[in-house]
Amino acid sequence: MWVLLVLIVIVGLWVIAAYNGLISLKNQTVNAFKQIDVQLKRRHDLIPNLVNAVKGAMDFERSTLEAVIQARNQAVKVNASGPENVKQISQAENALSGALSRLLVTVERYPELKATGNIGQLQEELTSTENRIAFARQLYNDTATQYNTKQQQFPTTLVAGLAHAERADLWEIEDQAERAVPQVDLSRR
Amino acid sequence: MTSLDGNLFQQQEANRRRTTWLVIGFVLFFAWLGFGGDYIWALSSSHHPFPWLGILLTTGAIVTAWYSYRTGPEKVLWATGAHELIDPQTDSERQLVNVVEEMAIAAGVPRPRIWIVPDEDPNAFATGHDPRDSHIAVTNGLLRICNRDELQGVIGHELGHVKNLDVRLMTTLAALVGAVLLVRDGMGRMMGRGRLPVRSSGRRGKDAGPLLAILLALWVISWIIAPLVTQLLAMAVSRRREYLADAMSAQFTRNPLALASALQKIESAAAPTESIKSGAAHLCIADPLGRRLTNHEGWLADTFATHPPMSMRISRLKGMGYAQLKKEGGSFTSSALG
Repeated sequence: MWVLLVLIVIVGLWVIAAYNGLISLKNQTVNAFKQIDVQLKRRHDLIPNLVNAVKGAMDFERSTLEAVIQARNQAVKVNASGPENVKQISQAENALSGALSRLLVTVERYPELKATGNIGQLQEELTSTENRIAFARQLYNDTATQYNTKQQQFPTTLVAGLAHAERADLWEIEDQAERAVPQVDLSRR
Repeated sequence: MTSLDGNLFQQQEANRRRTTWLVIGFVLFFAWLGFGGDYIWALSSSHHPFPWLGILLTTGAIVTAWYSYRTGPEKVLWATGAHELIDPQTDSERQLVNVVEEMAIAAGVPRPRIWIVPDEDPNAFATGHDPRDSHIAVTNGLLRICNRDELQGVIGHELGHVKNLDVRLMTTLAALVGAVLLVRDGMGRMMGRGRLPVRSSGRRGKDAGPLLAILLALWVISWIIAPLVTQLLAMAVSRRREYLADAMSAQFTRNPLALASALQKIESAAAPTESIKSGAAHLCIADPLGRRLTNHEGWLADTFATHPPMSMRISRLKGMGYAQLKKEGGSFTSSALG
């Protein structure tokens, strides 16, 4: 009799702990996703400034600039459709990253452009923006992976239904060509 | 990575617990000194019923511990002469602010406040109570010699300490060591002048027998070793957590080789960091005092050095880097390699 009671209490405590652990991870995942959003918005706001700054000096590279603007507008549009479309958003944002890194490569090609202080600052800002997005994405993926693993592992998986735990989509870089975009190192002094 | 996450919670708990025990131990130690002194006094003379000394010392220790805990971060920053970076002017300052923002995002903590120590030796430390109230300080020398990736590695290391709550324990420890050193210096001056407490009780100790002599000796020894014990503690707790913070930095940046290269640069610049005193040495990324013991293995070094040997840290980071390289099929490009 007593043994049974103790057993029930132990199981009950474990269920509470597992449930709370899952909920905590779920909220962390949602929060990490919001962080990516914040950083993406920041980038969207920064791009018009950047394009304005280099427009005068880069009249001959109009197509590169236009590709950036187009990718940016597309990303803003997809983002407005809500956070459910992780796949589409990540595709649009990856396209924007690609366009931006091509722009950076172009800027690198014109030393006279780099010589003006403004461009150097903007490059630093842009590098930082890209890094922030990458790190926010990394944190989201790590947290989401932890959450996914937890809810699939035995015995936590028994409580997963109770906590309404569902698999969180990872923010992936799907395009192999995208992955191979040349790394521009701006840190050299 | 998953094991690191599992570690994180344990590490935070351990640091909370250790901070509490540190403060309790500190107060108990002074209570022992005070009431012990009272006991000796009572044995040697019949007309001293009220334990003034014990109450005085215990209250003093409680106030000191509380004050040290509250103002620890300020005191540490003040002691190193750091000034806060609020409005970045130069390119390297702007880069520092950006890098700290980036690493705070990677670590998932609020951005710490940034301080600059006007010292040409490369070094960095973190202080604070928890991630919501944390400070990162770097020296001018570090900004000068590190490129962007390396700076990222160093800041990642410091944020590892913040996220682990290492900063809470280490800062409290630094503040307590500072307080004890202050007391010791004050007592030393007093003893040198009149030998007040020892002399007055020692003269009457003849008739109370050997027990009294032993107690007296213990009490005096305690006074002398108090600062030593606190410093030993500072050293003993530091070595393992440096490795852990290195690993966390690698987790945040995914670029362990950059931190390895930063450590190499810091090591080769090895002049003592003059603005960082011994009380805060255990907070830094590299031993600011440039002690030779740091570079040794074995129990002696494990007990007395505040930092693991730099070569060990670098080789561990390189190990992580090459494991990553292998996993990614050799397509790993990093400026740290070049």
